[in-house]
Amino acid sequence: MAKGVKPRIKVPKQASAGEAITIKTLISHKMETGLRKDADGNKIPQSIINRFTCDFNGSNVVDFDMKAGISVNPYFQFEAVVPESGEFKFTWYDDDGSVYEKTKKITVS
Amino acid sequence: MNFAKKIFIILLMIFGLNLSCAVADESAELVVEGQPILTRTKAPSHMENIDEVRSGWTFRIKETQALQMDDFENPGMIFVDKGIDLWNKVEGSKNKSCASCHGDASEFKGLRTVMPKWNASAGALWSMEDHVNNCRTEQMGAEPLKWGKAPMDSIVALIGLQSRGMTMNVKIDGDVQTMWEFGKELFYTRVGQLDMSCANCHEDNYGVMIRADHLSQGQINGFPTYRLKNAKLNSIHARFKGCMKNIRATPYKVGGDEFRALELYVASRGNGLSAETPSVRN
Repeated sequence: MAKGVKPRIKVPKQASAGEAITIKTLISHKMETGLRKDADGNKIPQSIINRFTCDFNGSNVVDFDMKAGISVNPYFQFEAVVPESGEFKFTWYDDDGSVYEKTKKITVS
Repeated sequence: MNFAKKIFIILLMIFGLNLSCAVADESAELVVEGQPILTRTKAPSHMENIDEVRSGWTFRIKETQALQMDDFENPGMIFVDKGIDLWNKVEGSKNKSCASCHGDASEFKGLRTVMPKWNASAGALWSMEDHVNNCRTEQMGAEPLKWGKAPMDSIVALIGLQSRGMTMNVKIDGDVQTMWEFGKELFYTRVGQLDMSCANCHEDNYGVMIRADHLSQGQINGFPTYRLKNAKLNSIHARFKGCMKNIRATPYKVGGDEFRALELYVASRGNGLSAETPSVRN
């Protein structure tokens, strides 16, 4: 498992129906491209977050497919209109098979 | 309709940020998480050639400025988080962490604004790094951390963050006066192949372009600072070293007397500004 991986999300706790809310997500990850070499000239194997998804009450909101060019600590910001109260589920998929999950509840008034 | 129930998504990919505005927004006001930060004020009385001191934040373009206004977007906060992990990590022969003695870092609220300062028991001018390492070797029985490396900078940023928004007020007289005068002399001494002093850029030409960038006043109230160019926290001494390399001079030693004195003098030039740790610069 990659070291120092920590997902963070920022979702407003409350929103009014029909309001576009801003969701910010960031996961600290070294995002090793697989192109670098170590001091002995050996390739450092690729180790990145290759996919990020966000679901709301079971239905998919966004699904990002990531390649080796993405910077360290990938940050995503998007807007969503939430129709009802519920729970956002964020999932990051690591090259090494690890899956990092985080959820956040939102109340719609 | 099933359709209507589905979530309606607007995706605003922020990768394509508006790049048309590349000038510094000099009139902008810095508010971090609702807390106003003073970025311009009257220069301290010891400064002869500048009337108004300005935080480096005022010289940056508005996209860079915006990064510092939101803690979630401030990449420096990732390192602060690492600092918290290190703060709680038990190390050394005495099985202690920083938290064992100090609890949470908020105990050091205000410390950043008076650093560097004279340490009477050591009889020397101490930077924040000295306090960290002294605790590690004396109280924890752990190895000292290396100056200018990520673990040290993260801890220093965590401690500095506690004082964010407070007014910088470094003492320049008494025991530290000789060091301060030495620092001032260094600030105005031309060195290196380009034969330049700190003042040539940061006093005579701040606001002017240096390559594609605006020269700042060289204030250190936001250090350790996250720089977009190297995507990590940069300590005060590491920045001094970088500056000296830029003018083709042989840098003084990180943690050495010259840089300590310079740190004190440069910090005193920012007296009156708010501490901004961790700031975001390019």
